[in-house]
Amino acid sequence: MRWIWIDKFTEFRSGQFARAIKNLTLAEEHLHDHFPGYPVMPASLIIEGLAQTGGILVGEAGEFAQKVVLAKIPRAEFFGVACAGDQLTYEVTLTDLRAEGAVVDAKAFLDGELLCDSEIVFAHLDNTRANQIFGPKNFVFTQQLLGVLDLAKAQQRAKELDAGAGADGEANGPPAASPAE
Amino acid sequence: MPAYDEIFEKVQSTLVDALGVDEDDVNRESTLQGDLGAESIDFLDIVFRLERNFGIKIPRGELFPENLVADPEWIADGKLTSKGVSELKARLPFADLSKFEADPDVEKMGDLYTVDMLVQYVQSKLAA
Repeated sequence: MRWIWIDKFTEFRSGQFARAIKNLTLAEEHLHDHFPGYPVMPASLIIEGLAQTGGILVGEAGEFAQKVVLAKIPRAEFFGVACAGDQLTYEVTLTDLRAEGAVVDAKAFLDGELLCDSEIVFAHLDNTRANQIFGPKNFVFTQQLLGVLDLAKAQQRAKELDAGAGADGEANGPPAASPAE
Repeated sequence: MPAYDEIFEKVQSTLVDALGVDEDDVNRESTLQGDLGAESIDFLDIVFRLERNFGIKIPRGELFPENLVADPEWIADGKLTSKGVSELKARLPFADLSKFEADPDVEKMGDLYTVDMLVQYVQSKLAA
């Protein structure tokens, strides 16, 4: 299993906002255990998806130079459950960003209804110490995880080219508008 | 400029949100770590919230210095030396060190972070 809990970015505004989707499928092992006969997406994995959406938003704002780690979830409220076959939409707004870390407002929606409302605090690891312990490699933003953002960028470029609006300069920039560019 | 009590009430609600404690638990003398259960990561959250709630900017390390004892020579036998205490005073100008000075045990340094210290810090920022 890959530790990637979002499927696709549908909107990404650098340093401001990101929207991602997560499709729930019975191909995912955990749904068979949680619970047998009633496959419900665990709340903790919804939080993980929101944190990955927010973590990439925070990381991208600093050009992925920092190791961004989930530090704290001061608040998380759930108003329902999501089952196999459902599609969750994660909306994350960057509310604060500073050298030590960041705060995001993170919401999950199911069929347009609010399913989860939370606040997530991220910390930037001190690079000097983190490099001593973990090495210089950015273990948070692995290529696998960033692949989700790369795919969104590539799809957006393809769309622009199809529309005859693709420009070389723009195509290389970070995603800025819906969907995912 | 808002009065001490007004700032205290806002700091109180800030700590209720950041630490999940009851309003009644947050008194002037409460220590952030010992009484209110704050952990190191909570300090970052508190900084974010104070900035937002009071519209102030808190430079890194100004409210909660990252390395309180910057020089190992400030400690002898588990206690801060007089040089160490005066350095600490300079780094935590809003902390009340009167009790700590009597027994400057390094283990007790965490008790210097109190609600009162936060209120006084915010007061100084708002006055600036």
